[in-house]
Amino acid sequence: MNKSGLIEALAKKENLTEKKATDVVNLIFKGFTDALKNGGRIEIRGFGSLIVRNYNSYKGRNPKTGSSIEVSPKRLPFFKVGKELREMVNTVNKT
Amino acid sequence: MTKIDIIQNVCDKLGFSKKDSAKIVESVFDVMKDHLEKGEKIKISGFGNFMVKEKKSRRGRNPQSGQEIEITARRVLTFKSSQVLRRALNARA
Repeated sequence: MNKSGLIEALAKKENLTEKKATDVVNLIFKGFTDALKNGGRIEIRGFGSLIVRNYNSYKGRNPKTGSSIEVSPKRLPFFKVGKELREMVNTVNKT
Repeated sequence: MTKIDIIQNVCDKLGFSKKDSAKIVESVFDVMKDHLEKGEKIKISGFGNFMVKEKKSRRGRNPQSGQEIEITARRVLTFKSSQVLRRALNARA
């Protein structure tokens, strides 16, 4: 499912126009992006949380050529799945 | 940021009542959860992909006691951030 699929499903479920559903979905992910940009933490009960992790620079290797390179410090988003969703997804161990 | 902030944002910017905003925001996450439960991935362009991965059973170790144990096969949810999001986060660097 991509974003338009999500929009469509939301429009149907909540009886919204495609335009309104698009605005809602865009606003949510825009809000996520802005919060992460400002270094904030996002926590959605039952779904999961998103935080930004900082990575220091380190010596890496180009896997193709094997030459050593310096990887500059970076910030990456990290998603931790919530308990409820983790259990929902793990259908393998569901009895 | 929690669901309350998102609901407030939807209410302020899109002209829904507080009650409707809450219901709609809840639905967005419900739709996503239902999908992921089925093992299907969700791709949000410009943000990232949420996908379910099958993990095989493997031998692990209790780090405290050192005892070897079997980690059962399981399905886990992973998030892969999009290039666009990663670039946005590192814009200042």
